Amino acid sequence: MLEIKNLSVTYGKHKALQDVSISMTEAEAIVILGANGAGKSTLLKSVAGMVRPSTDAQISIAGENLIGMPMHEVVETGIAVVPEGRGVFAELTVRENLLLGAYPKRARANEQANLDNVLTLFPRLAERRRQTVSTMSGGEQQMVAIGRALMSAPRLLMLDEPSLGLAPVLVGELFQSLAKIRESGVGLLIVEQNVKISLSIADRGYLLEAGRVVGQGTAEALADDPAVQNAFLGAAAHT
Amino acid sequence: MKTALGFLVALTVLTALAFAPLFVGPYQLGLLIGLTGYVTLASAWALFSGRTGYVSLATVAFFGIGAYTVAVLSETMPYPLVLLVAAAIGLCVALLVGLATLRLAGVYFVIFSFGLAELVRQLVTWFETSVNGTLGRYIFLPLEAEHIYWQLLALAALTLLLTWWIQRTRLGLALKVIADDETVASHIGINIAWTKIALFTLSAIIMTLVGAIQAPRWTYVEPAIVFSPTVSFLTLIMALFGGASRLWGPALGAIPLFLLFEWLSASFPNHYSILLGLLFIIIVFLLPRGVVGFIEDKFQRKSPADLVEKPARVKEADQ
Repeated sequence: MLEIKNLSVTYGKHKALQDVSISMTEAEAIVILGANGAGKSTLLKSVAGMVRPSTDAQISIAGENLIGMPMHEVVETGIAVVPEGRGVFAELTVRENLLLGAYPKRARANEQANLDNVLTLFPRLAERRRQTVSTMSGGEQQMVAIGRALMSAPRLLMLDEPSLGLAPVLVGELFQSLAKIRESGVGLLIVEQNVKISLSIADRGYLLEAGRVVGQGTAEALADDPAVQNAFLGAAAHT
Repeated sequence: MKTALGFLVALTVLTALAFAPLFVGPYQLGLLIGLTGYVTLASAWALFSGRTGYVSLATVAFFGIGAYTVAVLSETMPYPLVLLVAAAIGLCVALLVGLATLRLAGVYFVIFSFGLAELVRQLVTWFETSVNGTLGRYIFLPLEAEHIYWQLLALAALTLLLTWWIQRTRLGLALKVIADDETVASHIGINIAWTKIALFTLSAIIMTLVGAIQAPRWTYVEPAIVFSPTVSFLTLIMALFGGASRLWGPALGAIPLFLLFEWLSASFPNHYSILLGLLFIIIVFLLPRGVVGFIEDKFQRKSPADLVEKPARVKEADQ
């Protein structure tokens, strides 16, 4: 479904990504592992249209070219993004945030059905529909962000470090929800530093180091791969 | 139910205002015209700037374009057509400016908008003196003061109605979040560029029409009068004073300030500008969120909802 070929991105002289190729099939769950500065976020930003990749790069979803597409049109192809730091609208209510998620044209017809799905997935959001998001906990705000992304009826959901800043018990809850989303047929492309839990719900994974893919394989294989352990020497010691 | 009641009240007030010229003298009618003009300008300003956070000082550029269009065309065209042409010119200039300023943010936009107003004024001045050979123009239109007032009143009502409608639509929600986080707004499929241009243009057309409708009041216009930067500043401060992100905010700000400025300019003609500057500073310092926001804060402080909100704000500051 998603095809990334020869993706290179440079910021000035700094090469954030070099010749990265990644592919995923419909409703697959992929995790991109890597330490800070490995280029994980840049990868998601390239797909979302936020950064301009090198000229020979190819990014497409279901055959549709994404290179050069403005950000607000990418979502119409069925890609939803939960950016790092969540990206919720703190001054708006839960309901308003979710309705904004249905802004894309592709989502408008089934708005009510999508809203029902999201509220079934996150019952707590149903209870707090009228609450202003800034008054909610980090875990709840993350639910709002994911719920908002799902309101666009995506076929691919991209998440940038969703576990960042969440208490361990909430991280567990979050990944349970992500597993459910995946079962409902939505593909997941997750950028994470939390290796263990992200591999637990992923089919396959890629290991990024200094902007290059240095390893890939099934989730089980990566979980036992010493290279993954090495890449996260610091991070792994803490988890 | 609440909406219906609101409409009923608004309609009653509008009807009462429409009959006002029958009961007041010419001086009061003149005040009402100025007042309605500024209510409309401030509301139109807030429609774009209050919601997107793009502070514009170009109000007078459009206001002046409207007035000058009437001055130039009123003898060759029927009046309703002149208004249409003025609106069309306002639309074209706004589109051009909108496309050019898309990438400007924050203070750069403020400076650009101020520069734009000056540029338009200088262009008109240059055209009038070197091509046309005169500086001022006379406007002789068979319009009574109450005709002007009624037109302005209708435009004010239309502006508030449009604002109300936009607030309820998806576009209104989109506008709220553009000011908040443009990146995320793009992620959820909002075409930020288009949204901003559309709103800027709409707001500019209204400002142009205010200038066009008020022009016959002056009889004589010249660039220094109709392109005076004071118009931009007054509009801005009125909208901020009332509360630029609220439907009724700009109107509530325009009414007391307009009357105050009238009184000041009549009582202290020599020190008017100084007092105006002082007032600007006081308002920005004391009421950064406007009167409506101030009242809401006061009101909320007593409600239990605030107990929930307070710790969250503290938490936000920690992060």
